[in-house]
Amino acid sequence: MASWLFKVQIAKVIGNVVVTRKDENLVGIKLLVVQPLTPEHKPVGRPLVAVDAVGAGVGEEVFFVRGKEASFPFYPVEVPADAGIVGIVDHWTLG
Amino acid sequence: MQIARVIGSLVSTQKHRKFEGAKLLIVQPLGLDDAPRGNAVLAVDGVGAGVNEKVLIVLEGRAAGEALGKKAAPVDAAIVGIIDAVTVYD
Repeated sequence: MASWLFKVQIAKVIGNVVVTRKDENLVGIKLLVVQPLTPEHKPVGRPLVAVDAVGAGVGEEVFFVRGKEASFPFYPVEVPADAGIVGIVDHWTLG
Repeated sequence: MQIARVIGSLVSTQKHRKFEGAKLLIVQPLGLDDAPRGNAVLAVDGVGAGVNEKVLIVLEGRAAGEALGKKAAPVDAAIVGIIDAVTVYD
C-alpha cells in the first residue's frame, strides 16, 4: 500500500551541487544529490537534488519530503524547493 | 529539484497577468551522466539563465511561484539556480 511512499522518502546522499547564481532565498542552503532507496537499501527511481535542513553529508542515509513542505524547515524564509532532507537515518529494521 | 539544460526560449504575448515580465525557457531534464532524461518542460526563469546553461529547476507550484516572486502565480516549474558543478561520489 504505502510502500511506494516509503521508497521515495528514504535516500542516500550521493553528491553535491555547487550553484553560485541562484534565487536569493537559496543563499546559504546546502544542495545535495540524493538517490531514493527501497526498504532493502537498493537504489530506486531517479536521483534528485534536495535542500538540506539537517546537516547531512555524502554517504549518509536520510529521509526527505517532497513538495512545498521541503521549504518549511526554513520558515519564514520561502525557499523555492520541491525536495528537502529533514532527517539523517541512524538505522531501520523491517518486520 | 532536478538538473536540466536550457534548450530554448519561448515568447508569448497573450498570457496570464502573473506571467508579465517573466522569461520562459524550455529546459530538458538530465540524468547524472548529463544525458537527457524525460520530457522537456517549460519553466519560468528566476535567475537570468541562458540557452545551453545547466540549471537547477523546481517542479512544484509553490516553489515555482516563489522563484517568480509572485504569490498564487499559475506556474509549476521554475529555474532557481545556474549550476557550476555537480559532484557525485561512488
